[in-house]
Amino acid sequence: MSRPEAIAIGCSQGGLNALRVVLGGLGSGLQQSVLVCCHTSGDVATMCALLGSHCALPVVEARERMPVRGSTVYVAPGGYHLLIENDCHFALSVDAPVRHSRPSIDVMFSSASDVYRSAIIGVVLTGANHDGAEGLAEIRRRGGIAIVQEPETAEVSVMPRAALELAGADYCLPLERIAATLNQLCLA
Amino acid sequence: MSTPPPDTELERIELDLFVQALGRRHGYDFSQYAPASLMRRVRQLVQTHHCTSISQLTTRLLHEPDFVPLVIQGLSVPVSEMFRDPPVFLALREKVLPLLASYPRINIWQAGCAHGQEVYSLAILLEEAGLYERSHIFATDFNPEALRLAHEGIYPAKDAKLWSRNYQEAGGQHTLANYYSARYDFVRLHERLRRHITFTNHNLVTDKVFCEAHLILCRNVLIYFSNPLQNRTLELFRDSLVRGGYLCLGMRESIDFAPVAIDFSVIDAKRRLYRRSLDLPAERRDEPA
Repeated sequence: MSRPEAIAIGCSQGGLNALRVVLGGLGSGLQQSVLVCCHTSGDVATMCALLGSHCALPVVEARERMPVRGSTVYVAPGGYHLLIENDCHFALSVDAPVRHSRPSIDVMFSSASDVYRSAIIGVVLTGANHDGAEGLAEIRRRGGIAIVQEPETAEVSVMPRAALELAGADYCLPLERIAATLNQLCLA
Repeated sequence: MSTPPPDTELERIELDLFVQALGRRHGYDFSQYAPASLMRRVRQLVQTHHCTSISQLTTRLLHEPDFVPLVIQGLSVPVSEMFRDPPVFLALREKVLPLLASYPRINIWQAGCAHGQEVYSLAILLEEAGLYERSHIFATDFNPEALRLAHEGIYPAKDAKLWSRNYQEAGGQHTLANYYSARYDFVRLHERLRRHITFTNHNLVTDKVFCEAHLILCRNVLIYFSNPLQNRTLELFRDSLVRGGYLCLGMRESIDFAPVAIDFSVIDAKRRLYRRSLDLPAERRDEPA
């Protein structure tokens, strides 16, 4: 297993609170790129500002053609799928929504796993649909690590449950322990 | 790991061969599309057509002529809305149209018109600004099926609700329903709106300057292009625009990385409205790329 280069986090309903906890717990020395897909159709500027005030790393909206840098949290813009090119630049797409979602977690996970292969950690948090399960399975097939929020501790348990059913997980954790585990895995 | 991971390297070779086949055999050049989305669409084609691999898709592409339109369909993006991103249409209405009004004849090029939703939105804007009689919209796409549907102007009724809201937010003066007739599950835009629109085939990748335009709209098309192709297309737009002509891109598109960006000035950064600079240094334009 290679040292992770990226963390990809997916969430939907209840996601903002969950992200606050997870991102808030990430170490300031984290070298990895953090990619966040939270279902929304609107502008994510406010979300970035809010999350940024809780996080030791800068939180910015992912823009097309922008290089994916380490020690930075990138949020997928509302209304677009977020993908990553092989040379580690962001790409956006307005292809049809996947599972009624754009951005779709599956799309981001799948694209990120194309690029990072085993060097990625996928995280599925609270949410009310099945997006993310397929993508998490893909991450695992390529040897990446899967973390799923314990459904019982999720504001909405549908999404983590679906992920566990389809993809399984290397770690199934209460929300509060996810950041610490990420920090550990990333330093290893 | 016990199961071998999917071989991405092999898949990339297959994608290259697929792109080559499509280009050499059928004249569609996807070689400069950004790979991530292209790969995703090609994988979807593999699934939709029950192929076992991209290579099998390539075989069918080469040996079954009827298969080509289906592939082209799968590789183009027909997803849009009427008055998508209302603030953009509001800005066009308030900032751009009043300036276009000074021209005796207004040419507008909508590049990559997909199913035509934004073309008709433009027609409505022009109509309400009292400019439509002296305007002409050239709506182009490389996908013949998309053009056919765009020309028809028939859309699912379920979309009309969102579009009406978009229209209002874009500063619409009436109600959107004034412009279409509803029938069963469909709405059909009035024939009248089409009177100054020409739908025609144009491929941004391979075709040249198209017309002398006062305004070009190309929204969410360049996001699928690699940096060199994006830049080349922007050069094509620059050369198709009259001096001071306007360019409108998608809300999340960035031209910051494109060298040609210096030939455009920003009118409204947030809504991606640009204007071809009035004074282009002629010597630089002749430099080889």
